[in-house]
Parts: sequence; structure tokens; C-alpha cells
Amino acid sequence: MAEVTNHDLTELLSARFGEKITNVQEPYGLLTIETTKDVITEVLRFLKEDGQANFNFLTDITAVHYPEKKHGIAVVYHLHSMVKRIRIRVKVFIDQHQPTIPTATSLWKGANWMERETYDLFGVKFEGHPDLRRILNMDDLGVHPMLKQYPLEDPNRVDKKDEYFGR
Amino acid sequence: MSDINIVDAPPGIEGSGFFATSLDKVIGLARSHSMWPLPFATSCCGIEFMATMGSHYDFGRFGSERLSFSPRQADLLMVMGTIAKKMSPVLKQVYLQMAEPRWVMAVGACASSGGIFDTYSVLQGIDEIIPVDVYVPGCPPRPEAILDGFGKIQELVKNESGRRRESEQYKEMLASYGIL
Repeated sequence: MAEVTNHDLTELLSARFGEKITNVQEPYGLLTIETTKDVITEVLRFLKEDGQANFNFLTDITAVHYPEKKHGIAVVYHLHSMVKRIRIRVKVFIDQHQPTIPTATSLWKGANWMERETYDLFGVKFEGHPDLRRILNMDDLGVHPMLKQYPLEDPNRVDKKDEYFGR
Repeated sequence: MSDINIVDAPPGIEGSGFFATSLDKVIGLARSHSMWPLPFATSCCGIEFMATMGSHYDFGRFGSERLSFSPRQADLLMVMGTIAKKMSPVLKQVYLQMAEPRWVMAVGACASSGGIFDTYSVLQGIDEIIPVDVYVPGCPPRPEAILDGFGKIQELVKNESGRRRESEQYKEMLASYGIL
């Protein structure tokens, strides 16, 4: 079986999606690409079903919050080709005020819980998800705790002041 | 005299062939040496409790050899470990399903106060949802500390008046937790 390098993958993707693939990098040897919301499903489908890439395993879906950026939520997909022994990371930056993105459950059943977790912690709404409920936190929490907009500690608390501990 | 320790009789009037004391004291004596704990162990404190149950520390010495893994017949709820807010309805339900008289022991920093987990997802002490009789400090407490806490529970049980659970004060306390 022929080895597939990051370079080959980049060529493949550029030939298929052209300008929609941006910011190709290889931090620590892991090929990382950015794409857009409108083609993400197609990109994932291509990576999964194209015979040369064959990324059959979805390792993880998560998100990162960049409060200072305009499109401040990056949804991150990690794919793994068990056939070619190679991995890829796909990022999509979306608007933090309208955090919607198509679901990947149409491609991998395993995306279900990963997307529920990402919804729970970051508030990303995956359109077309069969059952988008919180998975880790209590249902009536009312916030998405991993967004960087909450103070780490309630500033009004007095029970942790040093004087109570003789410090 | 043998060197076997037996529990002292409660104060009372002794004569030849009879011994008179109050019913409360007899009941308390019997209850306190036949506790049936219900371990609600979620984390490291639970592991420490398992060591307490083992042969070296031998929790069974105190008449609590039979742990109840059901709220039925259990009279001491031992909460050991972090209780997430998502877990709190479950813990409360277990408490509600226990019959009176029931006691609660919060073992370790997490059950007592949330411990190091000062976080949105962790209950900051189980006394936010159920009344607690004894808090055991430590992170995790050593088996000796758990035994000490159990001794404190025994003292409470031994000295509780038979009518305490019917008292207005007790009912008010339960009502403050929304338990009726």
C-alpha cells in the first residue's frame, strides 16, 4: 500500500476544494487545514470516502474559543486514517453570536456524543443533529462553561480570604 | 476478667436480678452498635473507606459489618467523594428513600464543602441539599479519621432522645431543605 504524505493530502484537497482550503500548516507534523462552514460536510465526506485519504475514524470533535477574534469559535475535527496510518486536523471558524455548523453525524455515528459535548461546553449548535442535548452538565445550567467570558471565581466570595486561614 | 471489651451499660438502677434505665438509653445503645451504613462513594474517599472496611481497620468492629447498598434498612448515609451538581438529585433521592431515624456523614473535603473543586459543576458541600450530622475533614481522610467520624455518629445516636425526630425544630430543619 502506498504511503500518503501530508503533501499528497494537501494536493488532493486543493485539487478538489481549491480556495476553500486555507491556512495549511503542519505543527508537530500534524497536517492542519482550515475550511468554511458551507463545505465542511463535503470536506469531511471527501476525506472519509476518498480512496487515497481514507480517513475512516473520527477521533474527536471539539471547539476553541478565541474571544478577541471576529469569528471567535473554531470547531476542530480530528480524523485518523487507520488504513494509511495518518492523521489530519480540520478547523472551521464560525461566528460566536451565531454558532451553527452542519452536523457530522451523517458521516460518523460516533459524532453524536462529541457534538453533544461541544454543544454543552461551547454552545455550538450542530444543525441536523438527531438529539442535541447537554451531555456532561446539568440541564438547567444555562451557560456554556468553556466560553472565555466568565470570571474564574466569584469575586464576591469571602470564604476564601486569607484571614480566615491565619495566612 | 477477660480482656474483651464490651460496651458499658448506660447509667441506671441496679439490683439483684434487675436493671432499670430509660428506654431512650437502651434504644440508643442498641442502635449505635448496630449501624447499617449506606456508602455513597464517588471518589478517592470511597477508596479510603474500602481500606477502612478491610481487615486492618475492620469497620465491622462497630456492629456495622453489613453495609447496606440499598436505602432500605440503612440508617447512616456516608457520602464519600465529590458530588457533582448533576449527581445531587440522585443523592437527595437516596436520602429521601431512607427511613427515619437516619444520620448523614460527609466524608472528606469534597462532600463537606466542594473541596478543591470550586467549580460550576460541583456541589459546594452536600449540606446544600441534605442535612449533615458529622463532617470528616481530610483530602482524603485516613481510615482513622473515618473511624473517628463514625465514633462521633455513634455518640449522636447513643444520646439522641426518642422524640427528637418528632420535634418542631427537626421538622423545621427538614422543611428548610424542602423535605417534608
